[in-house]
Amino acid sequence: MDLATLLPFLVNVIAGGLVLGFVYAIIALGYTMVYGVLQLINFAHSEVFVTGAVVGFEVFRVLTPSPMNGYLKLLIALLAAMVISGLLNVTIERLAYRPLRNAPRLVPLITAIGVSLILQDVLRLIEGFQGRFDLTYTLPDGFSGKFCGAESSCAAVGSTLARLGLDLQLKDVILIVVALLSLAVLNYLVNRTRLGKAIRAVAQDRVTAGLMGIDSNRMISATFLIGGALGGISGVLFGMKFGTVNAYSGFDPGIIAFTAAVLGGIGSIPGAVLGGLALGVIQNLIGVTNIFGGLLGIANLEAIDASYQRIGAFIVLVLILIFKPTGLLGKSNVEKV
Amino acid sequence: MTAVHPVSPRRVTPDRTGLLLLIFLLTSALLLLSHNREWLGTLGGVGALLRNPIVEAVVVSLFLANILFAYLWRAAPWAKALVGLGSLLLVLPWAGQEDTSLLDLSIQIMIFAALALGLNIVVGLAGLLDLGYVAFFAVGAYLWGIFASPRLAEILRYYGENPGATNAGTLALGLFLTAVTAASMVAINRHHQRVPPTRASSWGFGLASFGLVAGLILSARALLVLNAFRAEGLANGIDPNFFWLFLALSVLAAAIVGVLIGLPVLRLKGDYLAIITLGLGEVIRVLANNLDLYSAGSQGITPIGSASVGWFDALAARLGFAEDQYGLLFLYVLSLLMVGIILVVNVRLDRSRIGRAWIAIRDDEVAAQAMGVPLVRTKLIAFATGASFAGVMGMIFAAKQTFVSPESFNLFQSIGVLSMVILGGMGSFPGVILGAAVVTLLNLRILPGLGEATANLSWIPQQANPGQLQRLIFGVILVAMMLLRPEGLLPSRRRTLELHHEGDQEDDSAKGTGPSLTGGGGDVYSPGLETRQEDEPAGGTR
Repeated sequence: MDLATLLPFLVNVIAGGLVLGFVYAIIALGYTMVYGVLQLINFAHSEVFVTGAVVGFEVFRVLTPSPMNGYLKLLIALLAAMVISGLLNVTIERLAYRPLRNAPRLVPLITAIGVSLILQDVLRLIEGFQGRFDLTYTLPDGFSGKFCGAESSCAAVGSTLARLGLDLQLKDVILIVVALLSLAVLNYLVNRTRLGKAIRAVAQDRVTAGLMGIDSNRMISATFLIGGALGGISGVLFGMKFGTVNAYSGFDPGIIAFTAAVLGGIGSIPGAVLGGLALGVIQNLIGVTNIFGGLLGIANLEAIDASYQRIGAFIVLVLILIFKPTGLLGKSNVEKV
Repeated sequence: MTAVHPVSPRRVTPDRTGLLLLIFLLTSALLLLSHNREWLGTLGGVGALLRNPIVEAVVVSLFLANILFAYLWRAAPWAKALVGLGSLLLVLPWAGQEDTSLLDLSIQIMIFAALALGLNIVVGLAGLLDLGYVAFFAVGAYLWGIFASPRLAEILRYYGENPGATNAGTLALGLFLTAVTAASMVAINRHHQRVPPTRASSWGFGLASFGLVAGLILSARALLVLNAFRAEGLANGIDPNFFWLFLALSVLAAAIVGVLIGLPVLRLKGDYLAIITLGLGEVIRVLANNLDLYSAGSQGITPIGSASVGWFDALAARLGFAEDQYGLLFLYVLSLLMVGIILVVNVRLDRSRIGRAWIAIRDDEVAAQAMGVPLVRTKLIAFATGASFAGVMGMIFAAKQTFVSPESFNLFQSIGVLSMVILGGMGSFPGVILGAAVVTLLNLRILPGLGEATANLSWIPQQANPGQLQRLIFGVILVAMMLLRPEGLLPSRRRTLELHHEGDQEDDSAKGTGPSLTGGGGDVYSPGLETRQEDEPAGGTR
């Protein structure tokens, strides 16, 4: 491979990373919002997200024979995943975290790990009793095809993208649009509504918010509902992007998304998005390091392949926490006694 | 809240010496008979039932319960000693003579007991949630695995063929770099104890840690290249007599890795620490998977040698053990010894100055610091101590399995050890040993037994086989214990007092005989005033 082919290749790697990054960003929002109100790493969020992916799989599977429009199917899948994941997240909070509200911090954290493990096996059993483990998405026609291919009505756009070296599938574009829409709605919800104001107040200071007449329990439930719904959306998007999910596939994206939340500054919503996009790109670049290593003649780099991608996220996390624990957009908070 | 706690009258438990001995004899007989293959053969259907893994697990559990009873019940000291020592040193090896899988299981239980004791120091005493604990176990296992197998010769051969620019000078440079960076890290650390870290000092610390790693890599590489000519003589690894040296080295290596991992991350707060240790644990596993030269990748290293001690083998032969059982029996006794040593070290540490410092940090970091407890150093000692236990048991694990592969060291194992600690009770030594025994029996006998029993049932597809329900079980243990009994099955006294400060009143309200005075805690939130007294999971939110 020479430099002339390298540039379009690099553009594609970065574009793919951004698409992936949008999925991570939406997952990271679930972590960061819960952390904002409860200072708890919701380990179960990765399973809430996988639940969304499983629901999406089921909706597409059931609707495959129907002649319905593909976008309508997607809408149904997204809504179903949002509702189920959101309610699941609220239920988890109600049953597992709320009784431990005043416990030492280690206690809810360990509970969260436990909930995550339980959900993994419950999901596996639900699909397992139907004889399935790996769930392969059956996407509507054309979703896996080229975005604005030669026959479509927007072939001009497609050819422009092709000239830039971009090779996007239709589902990538759908993914970005859905992610942007969700971000816009979330932004409106958090920054422009009374509910959002109340959630922000609870995140800032639960006691004072309570004194102002805000029912903090309801606001925490609302946060879990919103976070869970975002998890559901990201699950469907993840399933669409990768094609196959199983009950255990939440771990890696979960860790990466959490890293994204920390990278952006935990508790910060724009930070989570920025962190997600950055990590998506970093992850894709790590995946092709061996190719660059070969190109540049650096033997040590050639050994680094996709199996190092998950380490990449951890190393980024360690580096941020050592050098800038507040993240890119986070505020520093000094512990007060 | 009442100021005076009524002194609850101590219930006088009856002396149960006779019952203890009776149960000991009965369960021993059951264990011995159920592992006697000849005798089982004559029984037909009942024999087959007794060989069922689930039934076997029940028999073993009943037998191991002796030790628990000996610990819990009031009985004559001689009877306690007899039951404890008799079951571990006499009956178990005796039954193991007939069925070596029993010895194997016992070693596994002890390995996990030691791991749980080590994690207990980190999580239970010092309050640092370490989700990558099994990494230290991997360090010990791979240390012995590489040196006591043909891997060593292959590594040396590789470096003999690819020496690069390495020579004696590289070794000197590497050692120099290691020394300088380690010294500067210690110096910066000292500095941080006097003044809050500035950006420059933090960066300096980070850079020094990279330098340290680079120095260690350089030195190790130089040593390998300089010793490459020895490859031919080491075709099967080093002399097994080095076992004892490596037992000490594995402790040291794991402790050093513990410090290396701990230094950058221990300044972080609780939940960040959890996720970082989780990450570093995974990093070690992925490295083991990818560094094919050293770890043979996912295929794993095999065969790994073990020590053979002349007098011990002679003794085993005198006792009627077969020749292929010597090694396992030796490791059984060794791991028993190790668990004993680790237990003693734990108990002594718990009552020492450093143990109190750990508990102070766990309960309130800021207050502990104000009282003059050096935070980072105390946490590092906890990390290194816990790690060293895991390291030595990792080595025993490698010797027992004669095989190590990265899959033995995944996140899931760390969570398994964590659930042992939680089940038994954080901070309680008998508790975590109990937790280790229960979880290991569940994992290695009952679940595989269930899986086997249901393998042929048509209504349970392969994908839903209950033999792989470890996650569910670990999860239920973690959640149920945290919600219902956070002090664990066999709580330490101190922990019970902390978690059930208003214990008497809670009991009253549970019986409905009096209003719960602490129930009011559920209406007013006081996240900033996070005091241990308010932590009462059953009554706090009503």
